[in-house]
Order: sequence, then C-alpha cells, then structure tokens
Amino acid sequence: MLGKLDWSAIPLDQPIPLVAGAVVLVAILGVLIWVVAKGHLPYLWHEWITSVDHKRIGVMYILLASVMLLRGGSDAIMMRIQQAVAYQSQGYLPPEHYNQIFSAHGTIMIFFVAMPFVIGLMNLVVPLQLGVRDVAFPTLNSVGFWLTATGALLVNLSLVIGEFARTGWLAFPPLSELSYSPGVGVDYYAWSLQISGVGTLVAGINLVTTVLKLRTKGMNYLRMPMFCWTTLASNLLIVAAFPILTATLAMLLLDRYLGFHFFTNEAGGNVMMFMNLIWAWGHPEVYILVLPAFGIFSEVVSTFSGKALFGYRSMVLATMAICVISFMVWLHHFFTMGAGPDVNAIFGIASMIIAIPTGVKIYNWLFTMYGGRIRFATPMLWSVGFMVTFIIGGLTGVLLAVPPADFMLHNSMFLVAHFHNVIIGGVLFGAFAGFEYWFPKAFGFRLDERWGKAAFWFTFLGFFITFVPLYIAGMLGMTRRMQHYDVAAWRPWMIVAAFGMVVLTIGVICQIVQLVVSIRNREALRDRTGDPWDGRSLEWATSSPPPVFNFAFNPDVRGEDAYWDMKVRARQQSLEHDVPEYRDIEMPRNSPTGFVCAFFATVMGFALIWHIWWMVILGGLGAFATFVVFAWRDHDEYVIPAEDVARIDRVNIEERRSLVSMAGAI
Amino acid sequence: MSMTATAGRAHADPHHIGVVIEHPGPASKRIVTAYGFWVFLLSDIVMFSCFFAAYAVLSGQTAGGPKGSEIFEQGNVAIETVCLLLSSFTCGMASIAADVRNRFWFYLGMAATCVLGLIFLAIEFREFADLVARGYGPSRSAFLTAFFSLVGCHGLHVSAGVLWLLTMMAQVFAKGFRADVLRRMICFALFWHALDIIWVGVFSVVYLLGSGV
Repeated sequence: MLGKLDWSAIPLDQPIPLVAGAVVLVAILGVLIWVVAKGHLPYLWHEWITSVDHKRIGVMYILLASVMLLRGGSDAIMMRIQQAVAYQSQGYLPPEHYNQIFSAHGTIMIFFVAMPFVIGLMNLVVPLQLGVRDVAFPTLNSVGFWLTATGALLVNLSLVIGEFARTGWLAFPPLSELSYSPGVGVDYYAWSLQISGVGTLVAGINLVTTVLKLRTKGMNYLRMPMFCWTTLASNLLIVAAFPILTATLAMLLLDRYLGFHFFTNEAGGNVMMFMNLIWAWGHPEVYILVLPAFGIFSEVVSTFSGKALFGYRSMVLATMAICVISFMVWLHHFFTMGAGPDVNAIFGIASMIIAIPTGVKIYNWLFTMYGGRIRFATPMLWSVGFMVTFIIGGLTGVLLAVPPADFMLHNSMFLVAHFHNVIIGGVLFGAFAGFEYWFPKAFGFRLDERWGKAAFWFTFLGFFITFVPLYIAGMLGMTRRMQHYDVAAWRPWMIVAAFGMVVLTIGVICQIVQLVVSIRNREALRDRTGDPWDGRSLEWATSSPPPVFNFAFNPDVRGEDAYWDMKVRARQQSLEHDVPEYRDIEMPRNSPTGFVCAFFATVMGFALIWHIWWMVILGGLGAFATFVVFAWRDHDEYVIPAEDVARIDRVNIEERRSLVSMAGAI
Repeated sequence: MSMTATAGRAHADPHHIGVVIEHPGPASKRIVTAYGFWVFLLSDIVMFSCFFAAYAVLSGQTAGGPKGSEIFEQGNVAIETVCLLLSSFTCGMASIAADVRNRFWFYLGMAATCVLGLIFLAIEFREFADLVARGYGPSRSAFLTAFFSLVGCHGLHVSAGVLWLLTMMAQVFAKGFRADVLRRMICFALFWHALDIIWVGVFSVVYLLGSGV
C-alpha cells in the first residue's frame, strides 16, 4: 500500500535531524496559524500564490532562496564545527550523517539558493528593463516557480522522512547505484532535481523568449541594459544545458528503478559516461549562475559611478563568448580520470581562454569607475568586494586549469576553497548587490544602509577568514569531505575556518536585522519617485513598487541608458506638460495552475521516492487534469480601464516632476 | 506585429554606418507562443541527443547478449517509419484545415494522425514485448539499456503527443477555432513534426547502422 514507507523511515534514533525538523515544522505551523488567524489567507492566495505577475513571482523566488540559504548555511556551520573538533576523534556527527550534510549543502546551495535567487532577480527586473508589461508566458512562469518550490520541499522532507543522499552533490555512480546506495537518499536527490529542473527549464524558455521577442519600441539588441544581455546568455545556457541534467538523472533513475545498465559496473555500463554528461551540464551551470551576477555588477557599477558602462559592446561580446566557451571546458572537472595528455591539454587551454572574456569584464568595470563620481552605497560595496574576491577565485581557477597542478590539487580542500571563492564571491555577492539595489523597486522603500554595510563587511571578512585556511589546508594535502582526520598540521586551519564561519554568520544576522529595521522604518526610507539611486535603465522610469501593468505606455527607447536619456531630455526641455491619452490595458488573469500543478508534482515525487505506485498515477492524472482545466478557461485576461491607468500614472508623474525640477534647481 | 524593420532616426546610429534598424516593439502573441515552443523543442532535442550519445557509447557493450543485427526486424521498422512520415503529412493537413477554419477536414486530419500514431506505438510496443519475452530486456546488457531508453523515450513522446492530439480535438469541438486554440495547434504541429525528425535520427542511427553490425 505505501511501498517502502513505514515507521522506520522516521529517524527516531538521530536527535539532530529530528529536532531540526520539529523546529521547522513548528515554525511553519506558527506562520500558517498566524496567517489564518489574522485573515491574511485570501490576500496571500489572490495576490501571491496564484499571481502571474512577474514581479511577485520574482519576489517569491528570492524568498525561497533566502529561506533555503539559512538551511544550507546551517549545514555549512555543522560541517565547519565537525572539522574543527574531529581531530583524532569522531567529532559529533557520525559518518553517514556527515555525508548527508555535505551532499545536502551542495545540492541546496546550487539548486535552491543560487538558482532561485538569480532567476528571481531576472524575473523581477528584466521585463521592467525591457520596458514591457510582463514576461512571455506568465502562467508558465508561475508553474516554474512552484515546481522549484516542490523540489525544495522534497529535499527538506528527507530530513525527517527517510534520508538524503550520501553521495556528494552530483551523486556519482557507481556509489549512487542501487547496489551501493540502497536507501531512498539518492531517490530524494534525483526526483527533487528532476522536478525543480523542469521548473528551471520553463523559466529559461520564458526568459529567452521574453528578451528576444518582447522588447519595447526602439529597444534594439545593442541598447539593452547589460543585465538583459547576461540574462539572455544565462537562459540560453539553461535551455541548452538543463535537458542534459534531466537526461542524465533519468538514466541514473532507470538504473536504480528498472535495473538498466547505463552506469553500473556490470553488463557493460559506463561510469565515465556519467561524468561526461553531468559535467556537460555542470560547467555551463556555473556560468548560468555567474553571468546574471556579472549583469547586476554592470548595472550597479555604472549607476553608482554616474557613468555609462565602459566598453558596452565589448561587454556584450565577452558575455556571449563566455556563453559559448562554457560548453567546451567540462572535462577539466576530471583531468585525473585518464583522458590522456592531449585531451587534457585542449581542455586546460580552453579553461584558461574563458578567463579572457572574464578579465575583459573586470577591466570594463574598473574603467567605468575610473573618473566617475562614485557613491559607496551598499550595492556598490558588494560590487567592489566582488571584484577583489572574484579575481582571487579566478586566479586559483586558472591554476587548477593547468592539468599537472590539478593532479596535485584535485579533490582537495584547495578545490573546495576555489569554488566557494567564485560562487560566494561571484554569485552570492552579486545576488546580495542585486537584492540591495532592486529592493526599493520591488517594495517601495530602501534598505537601511548602516546594517547593510555592516552585513557586507562581516560577510566579506568572514569569507576570507573561512576560506583562506581551506586553501592552505588543501596545499597541505587535506582532501575534501573528511568526517575526521589525524594530521595535526591541518587542525589550526580548521579552527580558524570555524571562527570565520562565526563572522560569516554575524554577516547573515546583520542582513536579517537590516530587513527588520528597514521594514519598521519604511516610512522614513520610502522611495516616492521610483528612482532612488539616480538610475539609468527603464526599471527606474516607473513607480516603486511598479503598478501591475509596469508602464502606462510602452516607453520609446532612443539609445543606450534609456532612462538616463529621458531624464536629460526632460531637464533640457524644462518639462513639457503634454497630457498623454491613456488607454485600457489588458493583463493576464491570475491562475492557481502553478500551485495546483506543484501540489500534484509533490505527491508524485514523494510517491516515486517511496515506490507508492497508485499515488504516482494519481499525481500524474491530477497534473494532466490541471493543465486541461487551464486550457479550457474562457477568460485569460482582464482589462484595467484607462481612468485607473491615468490615476495611477499621474501620481507618479507628479512625484517625478518635483524631483526633476529640484535637480534642475541645483 | 511582424518583425519588419523600419528606418529610424540618425542618433540611433552611433557609428554612422547609415543603416538604422529600429526595433518595432513587442511581437504578437502568436509569434511569441510559437517562438517559445521552438525554444522548448530545441531543449527537447538536446535531451534526445544525450540518449543518442549514450547509445553511441554503449551500442557495442552487448555483455554476451544479442547484437543489433540479431534483434532488429527491418520490415516492422519500415512500417513504423511509413506510419510516422504519413502522420506528419496528415498533421499538416489538419493544420491547414485549422487555418481555414474547416472543422470536417480538421477532425479527419487529426483522426488520421491519431490512428497512424497508434499503429506506430502498437508496433513498437509489440517489438519491446517480444524482446522482453525472449529475455532481451533492457537489463540484459548496456546495449539493450541504451536501445530501450532511446527508442522508448521517443515512444513516450509520441504517446504524450497522442494525448495532446485528443485534447486538441476535444478543445476544437468545445471551443471552436479560438485564437488561443489555434496557437496551441501551431505548437502541437511543431511537436509532431519534431518527433518525426527525431525518428529519422533513431531510424538511421539505431536500425540502419545497427543492422549492419
């Protein structure tokens, strides 16, 4: 009846996951009770859960990423403590638990923190920057978000029902095959990634189509803000790379469920095929994450230097070059696995070549700052901090791209330090910069600068205190994923790294305090004009938060830095008082399709993990029925009358006029 | 709105090349939908290419089991191919009928497509069942694993296509040739033709090359 599921799946003998699970459960129940008791449920349902507004969906993506960042961060703290104490002893985490923690940490941080964070920012900002009213497929956008949330839910479910994978974040066979991992851990891993992978693919298709087909009048390709270009590149990579992940995990699942022989040791299966396939997705994935971050830094550096981006066209070229070359370097993840010197040399050189367009970008940001009137607001601090940190991470990457050096450093703590250096220093700093930069746009008030700066400095210093010791430990020969060790020389570095983790945690706490303080002082921090940073692109041309239709009129773009031009022209022409003729606007209706579909996906995923076949069929039928019901509806749009559009738009125009005339007076 | 370009103002031409193309604005829903679906199909083809690659890597790994030439039946494959290619034609007829809003020819075209698709699936199912009965199931060897996965993945797509096709017919029956229904019809037709293209790949790589070995 319930497949493999019985009471032994609840880890009653392991206090840590059980207590953690209970705390999370109490927190969720508390929030739910508060929401229902306060009568917020209808609001949440109509305005958020069923919303197909790209801004709302973007915010929900970022919320999901932030919550999961706390989960993945807890895993990191547990690992650092374990390695600090487990010298010539077992520490406090038994091996099978420790292995689950590092697997969950990697999986969560990449798939459920970094991915939703950047996809959320792209969703929130790109349609605004392109000057349009929505993404190409609003309802599918909602489906994509909820499927990502389903994956996150399944991963967290493994905390209290069953177990998570002990195989590392990429589940290499033959360890991940049924003979060596007979439990449900790998199945939790694979099904949650399959489901959230569909969500990511949907988001990728949606954003590619949005950038290529939905741009306002005059928004030629070479007038798009840099963030739109990096979004395009990143989502092209999603469309080209995520199907590889889907296929690879499908093969692994066929091996596990139906006794196929893709990656087994028996009957001619080929383990190296898994390595090639997974990294053919895995390396582009790195650029899927970091390219949007590059776009954010481009926007931030240009805005806070008060200058147009230096070398815009070279930046576009560098972005697209990275997009292409990222598919030609995957083999550097397994130089040591015997491809031979010729193949290794080619991939080593390709890996070094990809550093060139990245270097071009760094110089472009530096030259944008050169001679600019720089304001060191929090987003700018994250950007400058990124440049320093990322260069170090990039250099150690070039070092690892040299095959002979890689033979020494492969699978060591040096490698761990390297990829944290680029992912934290690149992606996470970028996500935080974007969060601080676009928060006023999403919510209509700024974040507190003092706590923001404190958060930056603690995170920045904490990062180096944590990861420089890991570089050194790697040089001293420490391999990754060690549950305990007996080498005295590594111990001090592990203790320093644990101290660094404390500093990093203070940084995270500062960020939470910043959010609380800012919400409480929101009236004082209110952004009335919609342009709090003296911005240059079109998202600042509408109010904060923008009306549901974004723009009363599709803006007419005449060059790069569209909104900057508008402001300059408005000052020169001393504010013409032409009264525009407002028209009715059609917007897509909200739809519960995404939420209902994700509900059935959760049922189906859970049933597949535990081999509850009747429930699988039920979930599948439910998902199909949901789509048919959606396809059957007769009214998919509603009309916002011209008077409403006019009323909303005039308020914003008045605020803006006063700003421009004030600037003129100065 | 189409993608026609119009000559624009001079300041849109920073390098003074003399040719200025102004982007006309957002594309129409029809174009956006079809374009998005094209992008999806490309991603689907990437997924198939992984199964093709796996087949290429594993096709020699018979582990003492049968080789391709010992199990492939050219006659059946020829009938399958004819069915699928013909169904692409009838699907095209249904698309044209939808464009001119002719219900009779639309139903006829879609029904013919459905029948041909079902014949294809029946033959494929019989081939699979026969192999499993002889002990040559997918867990016999890595070659058979790759064979069943690649061909089966295409078969699953065709099955999903038949389900979509029936839903499409029901929708035209209930809603008529509404704009959104017609957009879905474009997507369905693209999907069906893409499956044909993939079958040409399967036919060549698996059955033609495999029969020679």
